[in-house]
Amino acid sequence: MHKVYTHVERIAGNVVTVRATDVSYRELAQIETRYGTSLAQVIRLEGGRVDLQVFAGGRGISTDAKVRFLRHTMQVPFSESLLGRVFTGSGAPRDRGPSIHENLIPIGGPSVNPARRIIPRRMVRTGIPMIDVFNTLVESQKLPVFSVAGEPYNPLLARIALQAEVDIIILGGMGLKHDDYLFFRDLLEEQGALSRSVLFIHTAADPTVECLLAPDISLAVAEQFALQGKRVLVLLTDMTNFADALKEIAITMEQIPSNRGYPGDLYSQLAARYEKAVDFDTAGSITILAVTTMPGDDVTHPVPDNTGYITEGQFYLRNGRIEPFGSLSRLKQLVNSRTREDHRGIMNTMVQLYAAFKETLEKQSMGFRMSAWDSKLLKYGERFEREMMDLSVNIPLEKALDLGWRILADCFDPEETGLPTKLTQKFWPKRADAGAAA
Amino acid sequence: MSENIGKIVGVNGNLITVEFEKPVIQNEVAFALSGDLRLKAEVIRLRGRYAELQVFEDTTGLKEGDRVEFTGDLLAVELGPGLLTQVFDGLQNPLPQLAEQCGFFLQRGKYLEALPRDREWLFTPKVRHGARVTAGEALGAVPEGIFEHRIMVPFGLRGAWTVEEIAAKGPRKVTDVVARLKNEEGETREARLMQTWPVKVPIRAYAERLAPTQPLTTKIRIVDTLFPVARGGTYCIPGPFGAGKTVLQQLTSRYADVDIVIIAACGERAGEVVETLREFPELTDPRTGKSLMERTLIICNTSSMPVAAREASVYTAVTIAEYYRQMGLHALLLADSTSRWAQALREMSGRLEEIPGEEAFPAYLESVIAAFYERGGVVKLKDGSTGSVTIGGTVSPAGGNFEEPVTQSTLKVVGAFHGLSRERSDQRRYPAIHPLESWSKYDGIVKREQVEFARRILRQGNEISQMMKVVGEEGTSIEDFVVYLKAEYLDAVYLQQDAFHEVDAATPAERQQYVFERIHKILKTPLAFENKDAARRFFQRLTQTTRDWNRVAQGTDEFQALEQRIEKMIEEAADYA
Ligand SMILES: Nc1ncnc2c1ncn2[C@@H]1O[C@H](COP(=O)(O)OP(=O)(O)O)[C@@H](O)[C@H]1O
Ligand SMILES: [Mg+2]
Repeated sequence: MHKVYTHVERIAGNVVTVRATDVSYRELAQIETRYGTSLAQVIRLEGGRVDLQVFAGGRGISTDAKVRFLRHTMQVPFSESLLGRVFTGSGAPRDRGPSIHENLIPIGGPSVNPARRIIPRRMVRTGIPMIDVFNTLVESQKLPVFSVAGEPYNPLLARIALQAEVDIIILGGMGLKHDDYLFFRDLLEEQGALSRSVLFIHTAADPTVECLLAPDISLAVAEQFALQGKRVLVLLTDMTNFADALKEIAITMEQIPSNRGYPGDLYSQLAARYEKAVDFDTAGSITILAVTTMPGDDVTHPVPDNTGYITEGQFYLRNGRIEPFGSLSRLKQLVNSRTREDHRGIMNTMVQLYAAFKETLEKQSMGFRMSAWDSKLLKYGERFEREMMDLSVNIPLEKALDLGWRILADCFDPEETGLPTKLTQKFWPKRADAGAAA
Repeated sequence: MSENIGKIVGVNGNLITVEFEKPVIQNEVAFALSGDLRLKAEVIRLRGRYAELQVFEDTTGLKEGDRVEFTGDLLAVELGPGLLTQVFDGLQNPLPQLAEQCGFFLQRGKYLEALPRDREWLFTPKVRHGARVTAGEALGAVPEGIFEHRIMVPFGLRGAWTVEEIAAKGPRKVTDVVARLKNEEGETREARLMQTWPVKVPIRAYAERLAPTQPLTTKIRIVDTLFPVARGGTYCIPGPFGAGKTVLQQLTSRYADVDIVIIAACGERAGEVVETLREFPELTDPRTGKSLMERTLIICNTSSMPVAAREASVYTAVTIAEYYRQMGLHALLLADSTSRWAQALREMSGRLEEIPGEEAFPAYLESVIAAFYERGGVVKLKDGSTGSVTIGGTVSPAGGNFEEPVTQSTLKVVGAFHGLSRERSDQRRYPAIHPLESWSKYDGIVKREQVEFARRILRQGNEISQMMKVVGEEGTSIEDFVVYLKAEYLDAVYLQQDAFHEVDAATPAERQQYVFERIHKILKTPLAFENKDAARRFFQRLTQTTRDWNRVAQGTDEFQALEQRIEKMIEEAADYA
């Protein structure tokens, strides 16, 4: 029988303090409150006092609340029966299905030994030229969408998830709006993908601490599927809410903040989650696509900033388009040498020319005379935005590369592009083709 | 020695508070015991009966009352043959062997010996019975891959010692005694193939420290030509995320003209280390014809590995670099990223509730960084040969803003600054080293006056481009416009370099000298054009041809043909009026 403690010494925010012995660091406890029973986790031991972070929050806890330690850390059940189900951030059923208790596994487990990782080599095709051509997504990549609130980041996430050829989709929602949760669930259902998905949803109405658990639970389950050889895609939206939950708790714990109130270990905390993305040498893989909303459209805000240092690139979503500047896939060079020989050339040149177009736009807005070169750039930029950047474009990589050549040929002479002569000799469309296609 | 046992009275993240009775040493290693677990820790503060320890592992499951075993030893590494080609974590555990034992995941509390114990090395003595030796002098040598690995008098020995016994030529294991030494007081010491050394203490068993004067070629043009690194020098690469710090270091680890490369992957992505890990064994080192891995050693403490071991990892790396320097070799330490190590210091300082400095970094950050870079340097060894440790560290400033404590503290102590710019990386002008803001105090490989001239063109080009933003192209004279185009040309064909092209990725020193000589001539040649459009068209063609030239191997017919084409183009546009 577990001993029950009934004397709570201190309650501050979500953290309660009790005097207890023989308690281990990070162990779970059950705490009975006026509103029911909540789980809590040991976050500090000090001279006989135990600080517990209460998942349901501190509200309603009385000083004589019953605290019972459970002798284990946070766990989640793992089995095939998770598929098609929806749970809360702490793993309780959110749909009407039964709760699952079989095969409990710990969450937040140790990191993969780097010696057992392999170099990712498989491209994930999305049909979006801004991704496939310019910032190719790669299996096992960890990559967030950076965007301001209001951008269609969740639809983008869902679109990629449904296009990608993966075995399992796991959605971790943090501070998700209820409407967005329904959007994901219904879309997965409509497209027949719900039966290979598991959803762990913390909504804005749920307790903060559960927001912290959602990514860990999602990733722990993903890891088990990957170890069984499955290719798993994990969607995490929105990691800024996760970081804000960390901040809230750090402040309650009176930790010294490092940058705009965020704790000094924000980087390590985010990294511990994102680094779960992996390609195992003899099993499956985990790819992580996340959303990081940027307060005030500021990339230097601590959350996007720390995230950018951790993830393998980012898609910068702005005005409904994936911007070529600021967007990056660090793994693209692992795959784009084996797609088509003109892939890298097109990728670099088109962005360089787009940068030149932006400069020309600036000149134009200042009222300067447009040179012949400027006029070419203006024509180019307009077509690039309309035919490549627009998110409604949905074409395979090869078609997108062909389109790239056509746009270039319609706007420039070969040597104006800076492309290697070898490539232009082989790929530059003949006048007639260009005319026909235009 | 009797056991020194303490007892845990507090756990806060990876900081534990331990009550002790017998004397405890600051920075000594201890083990926290919990069930079957033995978690390595280091004493970082002592107050009365209480010691505070940082645990190098996840502390889940520790309890008040759990025992802590103090070892009396400082955190140390094993030094000896068999280090090269290995992949260690921050505490020098060999990761591949760990994977063999534990599978996919790291397992806390599992510590393996860094050097293989059963492997035999062919030992050849270098001293005779009766020889007088001091710390760091060679007693013998064993072949380690492509190097002669010196077996040296233990670095910790003070004063002069006489060789009482020395092993004959033959196979020896790292733990075998190969020499017995005696000093005037009659004390005796044994020397083995391996020795251990505390990581936070520099190895100083050399004759004198020299100034770094020899260039270290990286085969990256903008570095070697404009902002050179010296053997035994120090340099830093600050830059916002995605600007190209890691790619630069990966290129350098491949192509740098040094004997040994030590990669300290400190607190960043595991995937990036995997690239090195899996590719280097397959790549041949043009200097030796052997696999690149033979000169490489990786210390891998990536971002999701224990935070406290990040700090240890950079010290482990620099200690091993110093060890090879003692053999008269040139070692290069690449640390990516030093900011993660600084953040680990910050996390610990926060838990200790120390008074925070700027951005909550501890007040001693600056001196810690300075002391670390001080461990780089060229030294003259006791046998007259020289060795060096070059240190290149990346810095990951918050928000990409260089006005932050880690960048600023680093800039104060290093000899070269390769500042990466977001603007350049957005424009895909790689490597994104800013040509006007970066600097180096070292001498490079091309003629100084040529470099100065090129810098002047870059500066002028930048000023003109700024002016054009105000007055437009129409308000700019054609002479100025051509200077601007020349600056852009220099940038496009020389400063920019394609890291993923087999030829362009690495430009050897001789080719840099050869090409820069010609580019310099082009920059000096007065050029006349009818109008600006004609000038722009000319430079577009010239740029394309010169870039084609960069992509072909020197000494081929194509190389010559392209060079002649470039000359002809210049000839036609030259204005000798
Ligand atoms: N020299 C280069 N040549 C071509 N591409 C580069 C170069 N440097 C960086 N990149 C591109 O930028 C990406 C990010 O570079 P990386 O070195 O990982 O940045 P950082 O370490 O500064 O965050 C790379 O994955 C690559 O796509
Ligand atoms: Mg990097």
